[in-house]
Amino acid sequence: MRVRPGQIVQLSLAAAFGVFVAGSFAGGFGAGREMGRTFASTLLEMLKLLPCAFLLIALFDVWVKREAVERHFGKGSGIRGYLWGILLAGMTVGGMYVAFPVACSLFRKGARLSVIFAYVGFAGVCRIPMTLFEASFMGGRFTAVRLAVSAPLVILASHVMGRILERRGYSMAE
Amino acid sequence: MIALWALAAVCLALSLLADRGRTSAALKLAAVRLAKILPAFLLMLVLFAVGITLVPQEAVRRLLGQDSGALGVAVAAALGSVTLMPGFIAFPLCGALLKEGVPYMVLAAFTTTLMMVGVLTYPLERQYFGRNVALIRNAVSLLIALVVAVVVGVVFGEIRP
Repeated sequence: MRVRPGQIVQLSLAAAFGVFVAGSFAGGFGAGREMGRTFASTLLEMLKLLPCAFLLIALFDVWVKREAVERHFGKGSGIRGYLWGILLAGMTVGGMYVAFPVACSLFRKGARLSVIFAYVGFAGVCRIPMTLFEASFMGGRFTAVRLAVSAPLVILASHVMGRILERRGYSMAE
Repeated sequence: MIALWALAAVCLALSLLADRGRTSAALKLAAVRLAKILPAFLLMLVLFAVGITLVPQEAVRRLLGQDSGALGVAVAAALGSVTLMPGFIAFPLCGALLKEGVPYMVLAAFTTTLMMVGVLTYPLERQYFGRNVALIRNAVSLLIALVVAVVVGVVFGEIRP
């Protein structure tokens, strides 16, 4: 595994913090101790969840292939294209900066504009790995409410935007 | 949390039964990714610990806390729109803020704008969608985030009609 310069900076900063906390405990610096305690308890809390979430994400990535999904995306797929768009968004990793180029390639392949906007919206709202993370830290109820409200709104907004822009002969830039 | 571990255990067992090679590849992938984000993750925790200790609790409480109401949602939505933060950092942070007494509705505004509204990614988005469509998409997304925040507030009893 390559170690990026950014990671070295991050690790050094974290190490400096460790030294600072150790010094605070030795020298009796109250605020420093407080930071150390907060850090330790938060870290512990998260270590209970992180390995689990990462395992689920990796299993998902190994078993569901992105190419397989993109193959089902064919032109004129109607409502099914919509569903695949949502599924593809669910499997998107990274963030919007990944979703935009994918959206562009979908446009070139002849996907409907409304499907493309739905894909971009859902890439924000319901990426599966992210949703797993969210549910584990915020609770399933929070995630369920958020999805139940945002999903229909994303579809509605995409539908309207797609219809209007298609009528105007809008074309995505290459 | 126990449910999550149970789900992971069942999936892992099924995967093992189906294909040993793929499963070990998945385990490796999980370990490598975890190791990769660990530095950023540790630094995030450091910043959180330092921030939460140094920033006066009173200010946080006033801006984002229990009684922050509409102002809290607005501040959170603004923060979420201008911040670029991967989910694996944002949600643990929100979990910690939740324990500090920040309402669900404020966190909903933050996470939804974080995921859907991108001020920092706007230059990139404009390249693909053009200026007008990029602006409209972001404005619509902000609106959706605010609706989500309000509904979350109602469901969790933070907004009483």
